[in-house]
Amino acid sequence: MSSLRSITLATLTKDIRLEWRSRDAINSMLFFSLLVVVIFSFSFDPNAEESRQIAGGLIWVAFLFAAVVALNQTWARELRNQVLDAYRVSPAPANALFVAKALGNFILVSLLEAVMAPLFMIFYNLRPLGPAWQLIPVAILGTWALVVNGTFFAAMSLRTRSREIMLPLLLFPISIPAVQSMVEATRIILAGDGSARFWIVLLLTYDVVFTTACLALFETILQAE
Amino acid sequence: MLHRVSCLTVSEVKIPHIVPVIAIAVSNVVKQFGRFAALRGVSAEFDAGKFHVILGDNGAGKTTLLRALAGLAQPTSGTISILGRSPREACREIGYMAHPSLLYDEMSGLENLRYCARLYDIAGDGRCEQVIRSVGLEPELARPVGQYSQGMRQRMSLARAIFHDPRILLLDEPFSNVDVHSAREIVGLLKEMRDAGKTIFVVTHQASLLENVADEFVRMQAGQIVERTSGLIPNQAEAQ
Repeated sequence: MSSLRSITLATLTKDIRLEWRSRDAINSMLFFSLLVVVIFSFSFDPNAEESRQIAGGLIWVAFLFAAVVALNQTWARELRNQVLDAYRVSPAPANALFVAKALGNFILVSLLEAVMAPLFMIFYNLRPLGPAWQLIPVAILGTWALVVNGTFFAAMSLRTRSREIMLPLLLFPISIPAVQSMVEATRIILAGDGSARFWIVLLLTYDVVFTTACLALFETILQAE
Repeated sequence: MLHRVSCLTVSEVKIPHIVPVIAIAVSNVVKQFGRFAALRGVSAEFDAGKFHVILGDNGAGKTTLLRALAGLAQPTSGTISILGRSPREACREIGYMAHPSLLYDEMSGLENLRYCARLYDIAGDGRCEQVIRSVGLEPELARPVGQYSQGMRQRMSLARAIFHDPRILLLDEPFSNVDVHSAREIVGLLKEMRDAGKTIFVVTHQASLLENVADEFVRMQAGQIVERTSGLIPNQAEAQ
């Protein structure tokens, strides 16, 4: 267990260091989601009530598309010089790599959300009418739902010829229940239509089920040729 | 093949203590990629503590055999035994150097080795620095590996393969894109490691570099081992 923790931490630190030096993923994600927010704000001219109804969908779709950029980047880095083979021949557990990659993506997407959510609120003149604190569990559980499956499917599509296309094709359909929960919970909180508790529990269940499945299957994916 | 090396006496009963001298046993290994068979029933035993050189034309199956020994390519059929275990179980005993460097270009040599050390549960920088010096590089070099010359990169790649002190070394083209002087230094280092009891496998097209060092030359053709000799015979050298 200590080995799993220490290897996870070492891999996470290494990934953050590499991202800090290249800034490949964070720059593309920021510019992409900024563009989405600006274009949508010019395309629609909603009043405050309409904004509350559609904002949840817009912001989560923007984050989902932006997350795909980060997800592709993290694994692409492991293909250069075949460094993934160095991990595969080592005695390090496969799940340490998966958890580190998922945590790294979670940190990146959370950073993006922390920067973009206030901008979104300003552009769409939003103020939550429901319990605003519920946005925190929605953001945490929703982001984990995106990155845990995204990390898994990005690893799965790593050796395919058109992996950039393959990832959204695999990820988006399986993310529908999570995205629906995130969008509905955000809409309820912004519009003050009651409690988002049901959707938060649904997100939690989704996270538990898919995290367990990904951990159980990742070694097979890693050792596949 | 087992070799009797000593006897232990317990309560007047002599119990033979035996140590295997076969480092690697490959039995009827076939590796197929779709309809193409890269290995076609390879069977061989390789002695421990020897320097084996694998030769052959492009597409002969040399790299596939090395990857199968390293546990990176699962044989379609047949078995591989490394020190009596499967390649995956024996991974701590294997050092693998591939044709690509297996290093992160954005990190320095020491940072790369530090990360690898964590994967093998080796603590501290001491061992990493010692290994970097042993391949003729400076651990203090802060430049990222991406800015190294090809020769330096090959040396660092070798350092990554040997830093956990494996008993078996699998090296794929360690002399490619390396000048003659650096190649001779690498050969010297490998010779020292063989003399220290390591079993070494080198896939190369520059067999003449290893003529006076290697214990065995293994020639592969069309996915099979076709010849094993203790010295480099002229047509082998010319073929390379």
